[in-house]
Order: sequence, then C-alpha cells, then structure tokens
Amino acid sequence: MTRSLFARNPSVLVFLACLGLFTLGVTALSEALGTGMISTSFVKTLGKTLSLSLIALAMDLVWGYTGILSLGHFAFFGLGGYMIGMWLMYERTRDIVVTSMANADIPPTPQEITDAIGNQIFGVVGGSDFPLIWAFSHSLALQLILVVAVPGLLALVFGWLAFRSRVTGVYLSILTQAMTLALALYLFQNDSGLRGNNGLSGLQNLPGLDDVPQSVVSLWFFWASALALGLGYLFAAWVVSGKFGSVLRGIRDDEARVRFLGYSVEGYKLFIFTVTAVISGIAGALYYPQAGIINPAEIAPIASIYLAVWVAIGGRGRLYGAVIGAAFVSLVSTWFTGGQVPSIPLGFYTIDWVDWWQVVLGLSFVLVTLFAPKGIGGLFDYFTGRKPPNRHGKDLGPGSGSLKEQEAEA
Amino acid sequence: MSTLLEVSGVSVSFDGFKAINNLSFQIGSAEMRAIIGPNGAGKTTFMDIITGKTKPDEGRVIWGEKSVSLLKMSEARIARAGVGRKFQRPTVFEDQSVFDNLLLALRKDRNPFAVLLYKRNAPDTEKVHDLAAQIGLSDQLERKSGELSHGQKQWLEIGMLLAQEPRLLLVDEPAAGMTPEEREHTTAILVEAARTRAVVVVEHDMEFVRRLNCRVTVLHEGAVLAEGSLDHVTSNKHVIDVYLGR
Repeated sequence: MTRSLFARNPSVLVFLACLGLFTLGVTALSEALGTGMISTSFVKTLGKTLSLSLIALAMDLVWGYTGILSLGHFAFFGLGGYMIGMWLMYERTRDIVVTSMANADIPPTPQEITDAIGNQIFGVVGGSDFPLIWAFSHSLALQLILVVAVPGLLALVFGWLAFRSRVTGVYLSILTQAMTLALALYLFQNDSGLRGNNGLSGLQNLPGLDDVPQSVVSLWFFWASALALGLGYLFAAWVVSGKFGSVLRGIRDDEARVRFLGYSVEGYKLFIFTVTAVISGIAGALYYPQAGIINPAEIAPIASIYLAVWVAIGGRGRLYGAVIGAAFVSLVSTWFTGGQVPSIPLGFYTIDWVDWWQVVLGLSFVLVTLFAPKGIGGLFDYFTGRKPPNRHGKDLGPGSGSLKEQEAEA
Repeated sequence: MSTLLEVSGVSVSFDGFKAINNLSFQIGSAEMRAIIGPNGAGKTTFMDIITGKTKPDEGRVIWGEKSVSLLKMSEARIARAGVGRKFQRPTVFEDQSVFDNLLLALRKDRNPFAVLLYKRNAPDTEKVHDLAAQIGLSDQLERKSGELSHGQKQWLEIGMLLAQEPRLLLVDEPAAGMTPEEREHTTAILVEAARTRAVVVVEHDMEFVRRLNCRVTVLHEGAVLAEGSLDHVTSNKHVIDVYLGR
C-alpha cells in the first residue's frame, strides 16, 4: 500500500509536465531568448498568472480541502508583495541617490545618504524619516524572511483567535473579510509607513541590474513563478494525499466527528491556514515585481472574493482545478479589460466589454455554481469517465463547507 | 473491579429546562452497561457531557486510575484519553474509502506534524485489515464509505470506534436500522469488546438489551430511576409507570 506520491496521483505528473512544457514554450517564443513572438509584457502577464495560480492553490487547500471559506488570503498575498517591494524600492532608490551624490564636491556621509533615500521614498506622503517597519529594508535576505514571516504570523494570530472560538462557516468568512479590509484601510493611511495609497512602485527594476533588459528580467520572474507553482503543487499534493489530507477532508465534511476521533480540529485548521498564508505571501512576492507596483487597493476585500471565484470556476477540491480556474479567469479577464475585445453595437446601446466583463464574470460564477459545481476541472471527469456518486442530492457531510454530491467522485 | 468513569451529582439545564438533574453513574474498566429511558430522559445529553460536547452546570466527571476530571478537557483530548463515541446516525467520512476511514481512526499520534509525516506501514495496514474482517467489510476496503448500506456504515463506525482502542465505548442505538442477522453480529462485537473495556449502550430496543445480558440503568427526566439486571429494573414499579407502562 506504500505507493509513491506519483503512482497515487498521476495527475501530479501530468500537471508538472504541462507546466514544464508551457515554461519551455514561452521561453522559446520570448523576446529575450527566442523568436520574440511573445512580447515582454505578455511574458509578465503569464508570469503573474502563474503567481495567481499559486495563491489559488493555497485557496484550494484551505477552502476546497478543509472547507474554510477564507475571504482574506489576498491580504497575505499583498503583504508578501509589500515585503519584497520594500527591499526593491529601498535598494533601487539608494542606487540612484548614491549615483547622483557621487558627483558632489564633498562625499556624502551615510546619514546624508539615508536622509536622501528617505526623502525620495517618503516625499510623496510628506515625510522623510524611515518608519520602524523599514528597519530591514536594506537587506534582501531579511526581507525575504519577512515575505514568509509576516503573512505567516498574521495568519497564526488571526487563526488562533478565530478557530479557538470555534468561529466557522459564514461568520469566519466575514471575519476574514474584516481582516483584509482593516489591513487595506490601515495601509491607505499615509502614516502607515508604506506610502499610503501611492503604494510601492518601480518594483520591476532590479537594483544593481540596470543593464539587464526587462525582456530578460521578465523571463527570470516567469521561471521563478513557474518553479514556485511546480513546487507548491508538489507540496500541496503531498499534503492532501496522505493521512493529513484525510483529516482535512474529514474536517471539511464533518468537523465534530473528527474531534471525537481525537484530532484537535483547531490545530489542523490553524496549521493549514498558516501554511497557505505563507504560500500566498510567496506568490505575492513573485507577482508584484512583475506588476511593477503595489498599493493598498490590491488588498481590498474584492480581491479575495475573486480568488474564491477562480477556485469555484476551476473546480474546488482538486488542485489542478484551482490552477486552471485562476489561469483561465485571470487571462480572460486581462483580455476583456485590456480593451482588445471588439465592442458589440446593438444600435441603441454598445456593449463595451471593459465595463461588461464584470457582469459576465459574475454571471458565469452563478451559472457554474448552479449547474456545473465541478467547474472547468469537471471536464476532465467527463473525458476520463469519472462519475459523481448518486446520493439523491445529499451533500457528503453536515459541515457548511462539505462537498456537494456533484463535486465528489463515486 | 476498578472504576473507570465516575459521574457524580451532574446537572445541566438548557434555557431553564433541566436536561440532567443530579445524575450519578459509574462504570468499571471492563463492564457492559445498557442505558434505557423514554425520549427526553437525557441519554444523549449524558453522552454529550462525558465526551465534552456539553459542559454541565455542576457536578464532577472523574476518569481513570489517576482520577482526572474530564470537565476541563476538550472533546479531542477526551477522545485521546480513551473515550470513543458512536452516534445514533452513522457518521463516517463519506467521501473517503473504508480503508481511509479506519486508518484515520487507528490509535496513533494525533499531532498535526506527526500526521503530516505519517507513512503508511505494514503493521497499520494489517490492523486495518483485521478490523475490516471483524466488521465484515474486508471486500469493501477500497470503496467510498458513502456508497455503503446503512448497516454497513453502522459497522464501519463501530470498526472506527474499535480502531481508536478506547477504554470506554459510548454507543448510541447501534442496532437501529439493522436486520436481525446484523443485530446479532453487532451484539457479538459489543460483548467481545466489553471483555477488555467499558461499553455503554444506549438503546430503545428491549430485545437487543436483553441479548446484551448486562446491568441496565434506567434514566428518567435526567436522573437515574433504577439500576440492576434487566429483570430487576423491568419489575420496578417506577420504571413500569414511566416507561414500560405507556
């Protein structure tokens, strides 16, 4: 019975192979190393899509497998982005400041350099002093640690408080929304120390690598995102395939029963909540250097709701479903909102997709939930002959997040 | 025989209604006990208190040789201490195979990190197969438990209970919805289990209780009305009045 992870989950190998081929294909068509058919900005879009797929994977772990409908995971994503953004912005500004001061008659003192950097970064919010939270921003290593530590700690504290009080279902979702809203509102303030609604910008420029063109940098990040997604997928598959995954699905379908088996449900929820927050932070740290800018609007509650929509459309409770959902919806969304889709003139009214895309997305979410709960991932069941159990409309457990009849496998 | 569980002077009320009223109960470490009583007598609440789901307003629940109180422990810790519970309706993890259900219940380290690093090994697999044989589900191991018949689910749950290796089994109407042959099998499993551990069976069916051949506790309005052999309690005037007479 001790078969390897791949033997038990052939889909993991298929997924990794597809991801590898995709990465090679994009590289071969890129401007930097290939034919140039794919523009640098589209490589960035694809890289961002891979990062979004990674956070969707985290969402699937926490919602699809454990039944916790968290509507706050984009807060962790954003925090990861802010943490890497601080270093990028600090180092880049320092480079500029040092270069411009090098021509001065008197060499600048370290204090003068620091003040000049502070002025550059915080001038927009009317300050020049470095807030305490920027204490580590000079060190890439420390900021990288913060990428996982800050979202992880926030999730740990928040989760401990929420799960310990046995907050579940809709109430937990509302609580997570409140958390992300509170964080966004805090970051919007100019004195939060992270430049208020200006956010951090210029993140696409890597400090000290000015002579490397963006076409190459974009590929680096694309590769990094692909690698992170591949490793994240392996990790997630490993977590859900063993006994731990058994406990998680048990919690999703019937939490009280798991408790009476002697498992500390709160401990498991806290574990998966924190781990997925860390994954989200990493995904964010890969996303925002490709986006170039991060501001508090990214953390707005709606972002986390989108995340749930992606996972639902892709098919929750299966890892590839989450990835496909995130990739598909975010790419289609880019297409629609990019103004490339021709408007439809109706004579009396013109359907402009930039405005109407939201409606299409909302509608498709409703339709998928009602008529195809398996989402896009369900198409694979159609081709492989996997059937849902016939339970006469009964869910698989009493839990609020438990799988529906159509979502399960017979 | 040493006492495994001692419940003394326990009361609990919900919105003014006294579900359990100064109830006292004890059971030895290898004993079978049947609890009978009309609807609303407090049987389920009694189990809820022992398993930690409901906290009583007053009274003590003392467990084991070290006489620890169960009242301050969480459900999961009480379960780990050795209290296993079977619910009235079969509750198994329907989306998971019979094998996974049993493996999940197997007495092992419940710590998240230990579970994450757990690797299935031969002794555990063998244990699961033994249990499956005991509950007659050997050929169903790979099936999803949601597909099992009602009776099979009841057994799977009994199997999960045995897999936990509890020192006290609380079983709520184990024979509900079973055919006569299935009942007989269930009786055999419970009687066998009671050789080495304490078993408390809540049951409506007098015929089933008679077959268990054990001491009987009659609950009424949240308190013990009578206790003794089945013949003893069924000849008790109070019992006849409140329960059998109707």
